[in-house]
Amino acid sequence: MTHSPILIFGYGNPSRGDDALGPELLRLLEQGPEAGLCDMVTDFQLQIEHAMDLEGRELVLFVDASVAALPPYEFSRLQPVRDDSFTTHALSPAAVLSVLGQISKAAPPAVYLLTIPGYDFGLGRPITEPAAAHLEQACVLGKKLLAIPDQEVWEGYCGR
Amino acid sequence: MTKNNTDIEDLETAQDPAGLRRVEIEPVTRVEGHGKVTLLLDEDNQVKQARLHITEFRGFEKFIQGRPYWEMPVLVQRLCGICPVSHHLAAAKAVDQLVGVEQLTPTAEKVRRLMHLGQVLQSHALHFFHLSSPDLLFGYDDAVAHRNIIGVLADHPDLAKQGVLLRKYGQEVIRVTAGKRVHGNSAIPGGVNKAVSPEERDYLLGDIEQIIQWGQGALALAKKLIFQELEYNRNFALIDTNMLSICREDGALDLYHGGLRARTPDGTLIFDQVDYRNYGDYIHEQVKSWSYMKFPYLRSLGQSDGSYRVGPLARINNCDYIDTPLAEAARVEFRAFADGGLVQSTLAYHWARMVELLYCAEGIKRLLLDPDITGTELKVRGEMRNKGVGVIEAPRGTLFHHYEIDDDGLVTRANLIVSTTNNNRAMNQSIRQVAADYLNGRELTEPMLNQIEVAIRAYDPCLSCATHALGKMPLELELVDADGAVVDRIYKNGRGEVGEG
Repeated sequence: MTHSPILIFGYGNPSRGDDALGPELLRLLEQGPEAGLCDMVTDFQLQIEHAMDLEGRELVLFVDASVAALPPYEFSRLQPVRDDSFTTHALSPAAVLSVLGQISKAAPPAVYLLTIPGYDFGLGRPITEPAAAHLEQACVLGKKLLAIPDQEVWEGYCGR
Repeated sequence: MTKNNTDIEDLETAQDPAGLRRVEIEPVTRVEGHGKVTLLLDEDNQVKQARLHITEFRGFEKFIQGRPYWEMPVLVQRLCGICPVSHHLAAAKAVDQLVGVEQLTPTAEKVRRLMHLGQVLQSHALHFFHLSSPDLLFGYDDAVAHRNIIGVLADHPDLAKQGVLLRKYGQEVIRVTAGKRVHGNSAIPGGVNKAVSPEERDYLLGDIEQIIQWGQGALALAKKLIFQELEYNRNFALIDTNMLSICREDGALDLYHGGLRARTPDGTLIFDQVDYRNYGDYIHEQVKSWSYMKFPYLRSLGQSDGSYRVGPLARINNCDYIDTPLAEAARVEFRAFADGGLVQSTLAYHWARMVELLYCAEGIKRLLLDPDITGTELKVRGEMRNKGVGVIEAPRGTLFHHYEIDDDGLVTRANLIVSTTNNNRAMNQSIRQVAADYLNGRELTEPMLNQIEVAIRAYDPCLSCATHALGKMPLELELVDADGAVVDRIYKNGRGEVGEG
């Protein structure tokens, strides 16, 4: 199965309030003209097998809700980290990248993380108003990233 | 081998909690979701009370009520990001009854069975290779930063890669049968909406021999690790309980369908081939003031003696045989470990889990070679009813979905008993046993507290938590004196860094 060198991976539970921010951003991006240039994947949470989704890619963007991110969003480059995120059943994206390094000898992709602040993660709850506002701004950045899928350009957005 | 549990029952509630030190382990690591253990210690570090608290989400029913019945198989997948397929299929079985269907077409049933085996295979692979093998491979007192999947990857790269690929294969079985990687919708009222295409079948068959081989390797490893420190592992968190699971009519292991079977700790049948739609006549749920999670028990034995275990340990103990040759040989060897009774060692869950992983691999191959899975008769319908109960053997144990609907097809009542709830009593008994055996009278250390977590992890509890937002799950251990003052504190942050103070 062939796949695009660019992967956008949004994760979170669509029925748990602001946890839906990652998948929701992908849903919005899918409606844009640039969507066909990349592969888009969603899941509830990250696990070890997702390292295989990273194989053969050049650019990867993870999108997630975060209780720690500053509004309206944070965007950063990830390095493979043995972050030992064993306090959770879900791996961090940096740990997934680290798993890739352990199971594949190919050069890893450049991986970025877009985190959007979330406030309410209750089952059956809608996305909160503040989070929706952050999502809107994050979507603007997402569209810019998709418009020019170039590592140098993406680096320029880091830290914003 | 059995052990008297009477002494540890005293540890559920301290007789005089005033003046005892309180230790919390929150959250318990490498279990699915949020769990907390509290210990009360006296001034000599004697454990007076040990409890596992699970912040179980009890909003299932509210989430479901008022929704149309046909939405259930898709909607309930949102309850849990860990085993959505189990909820999907349990709900589908309940909804089959709502639409008056007693028997699916061969194609529909076999596609669902294939999906279920894929789910159990990937779940068991994740648990053994990712969540528990670090304890078993490195020991309970290994450096905390090393005792995780990254440590496994570094020290056993081939093994860890097999875990990743086994997990991935199970996900592919789910994708093919459920239609999508996540939020699959193929199980519908009275059947499925797609069969397996010949191309998809051949794609999955391409790797199945390798998967079976890896399954054999994983089983051999699990057994080797148990026998490596035999007496310790045999007795660790050892409790005597009844066992509950579904079994096929002829007594064979069956994860998708069958009648309820329960055995006493010595293996005597309590009941067999009970129609699971009548589960309420056999299982009751006790509420305790100190826990959000209910405590189910076998009604005929009462609250004090009716505790039971579910999941791989119960299933492999309960069934009479397994109808795939490699797993059956493994089952025979497993049962011999008990020397006549049931295998009650809590750490034998890992061994039983790998027997099941091998069964799943063999079962997947058998179904892929069955021409029915590419058939065209996908759905049947009957006369609508207002009550449906679906039961399935999820990776972690018996899972009940019970719905009642009104004349408009809207859900008016829902009751779910998830696998981890079924194991609630047993998990509490296990941690009390560990506390009594290993913690009494000693200064607490991280490896010592990890032993409690090792006991919990053996059950592979799923706390139905699909919310994971970054930065939410640090671990803190606090020692609090009788006046509530924190006298000591150990923490791990989200990067696994350990500190004190």
